[in-house]
Amino acid sequence: MKFAHDTWLIFRRQTQLLLRNPVWIFVGVFQPVMYLLLFAPLLKPALNAPTQAAAYKIFVPGLLVLLAIFGGLFQGFGLIAELRAGIIERSRVTPVSRLALLLGRSLRDVVSLLVQAVIITLLALLFDLRIFIGYLLLAYLMLALIALMTSAVSYGVALKVKSEDALAPLMNTVAQPVLLLSGILLPLTFAPGWLQGVAKWNPFSWAVDGVRALFAGDLSNAKVWQGLGIIAVLAVAGVVWAARQFARSVR
Amino acid sequence: MIETRGLRKSFRSRAGKETKTVDAVRGVNLEVAEGEIFGFLGPNGAGKTTTLRMLATLIEPDGGEATIAGADLRKDPAGVRRRIGYVPQGGSTWDDSTAREELVLQARLYGIGKADAERRATRALDAFQLTEYADRKCKTYSGGQRRRVEIALGIIHEPKIVFLDEPTTGLDPQSRAHMWDEIRRLRAEGMTVFITTHYLDEADALCDRIAIMDNGEVVAEGTPADLKREISGDVVLVGLDLSATPQAAELLDTEEYVNKLETADGGGLRLFVDDGATAIPQILRRLDHAGLDLRSIELHRPSLDDVFLTKTGRSLRES
Repeated sequence: MKFAHDTWLIFRRQTQLLLRNPVWIFVGVFQPVMYLLLFAPLLKPALNAPTQAAAYKIFVPGLLVLLAIFGGLFQGFGLIAELRAGIIERSRVTPVSRLALLLGRSLRDVVSLLVQAVIITLLALLFDLRIFIGYLLLAYLMLALIALMTSAVSYGVALKVKSEDALAPLMNTVAQPVLLLSGILLPLTFAPGWLQGVAKWNPFSWAVDGVRALFAGDLSNAKVWQGLGIIAVLAVAGVVWAARQFARSVR
Repeated sequence: MIETRGLRKSFRSRAGKETKTVDAVRGVNLEVAEGEIFGFLGPNGAGKTTTLRMLATLIEPDGGEATIAGADLRKDPAGVRRRIGYVPQGGSTWDDSTAREELVLQARLYGIGKADAERRATRALDAFQLTEYADRKCKTYSGGQRRRVEIALGIIHEPKIVFLDEPTTGLDPQSRAHMWDEIRRLRAEGMTVFITTHYLDEADALCDRIAIMDNGEVVAEGTPADLKREISGDVVLVGLDLSATPQAAELLDTEEYVNKLETADGGGLRLFVDDGATAIPQILRRLDHAGLDLRSIELHRPSLDDVFLTKTGRSLRES
């Protein structure tokens, strides 16, 4: 009860601060929309898709997963600013739950990602993308779990390195192979065998496949449940690890 | 209120391939009484902040024990947290939120209900003369205003003890004087205040008792007055006409409170006494009684810097 209350307090404050910074919201929505408008049109011929809608069914899931990964991984920067401003320290001397300090922030990230996802989905509808609402909600669940994991990990790493200069290259180094090996922008069906083999070890590749299957209306595809399972386990692990960083006495 | 025994902390720092262990705090024993302003005086890097952070449960000690307001630091850090307030050195407010929002949130993080949190915030804003700016964003505040918000945040849950890390660093003289008044007000309300400072005048003017820290150890402890007296007592300069000087010297030399007496060139006396404040009236009475005219009387006190110098061989101003 106290934990839920604490999480709510932190979540509400973080959301309030996010809403006060309209530039952030603009950037967060503007970028994916640019992808949708300026990159997606190339896909129909490139993927040899029969219709624009078919191309969107492949591309939009990838774009959403991409947003979830990147949106989450770079949240640590905000935390470093808070560390520097003494806010984390001020919270840590109160009896507030340490897990709530993390989850309140990560949930804010999940919600802001979902807002982005809804905007993109609505736009894609204009381009004749069609998806059954139940499947869409499952896809959103997957995105939420991804964002929860990546933002928690990002916060944990931020608490460990405590400097933007270290966090930026670290996150880029992680994000780039993850991105390339997950078939986010183009499906890995085009990839040579060895590349597909390596990608199998990338959990996000499973997540992308799962979300694509959902957008294709293929709920019976094993990838859906496998993807959700893998990401859920990783999200829990990420949260547990990061919460420990919050609890641990840092210098 | 606070009692520590052998509190220790060392950090490992890596410089290139070499790992060095730095003993930041090497066994600190302290006793802080209820309702006093206790000051930790020392140069930067002396281990003041590290000790404070250990007492505030922010870092775990490597060794030693502490009891804070009845709670054991090692066994019950959560109990310590409920009883203390802590105001860090570098600030603790969000740029984009207002003082009122910060105060309400902080109170609620301590588990205080919404209505009560709002009442407390209003009261704190009033007490710290912040009502006028209460609903403006923190980034618009002056340094002194922001520091006042931070202190209000540290005591919103009415702790028994509040730790203030360098509360006046970076403030202009006027804000500084204002801050001293605020700190004295906390004491008047019954709070025990524990501050760190590297300002000699602050330790001297504000603190009831101080511990001088250097290189991870407490090198001296006591009231500022006691510590200075330990050094050499006070010096009283008595201004007299040349003609009156020998007679005055004869009179005062036999007084028991005068430890040493020197005749100044060109008239006047230099008296070494234990406590100038009690010696001066006696000197005045003695001279008046003998009908000797006094031109001036001055009290020179050894400063805390003299104390630091005797204990460490360095001046605090230099380190």
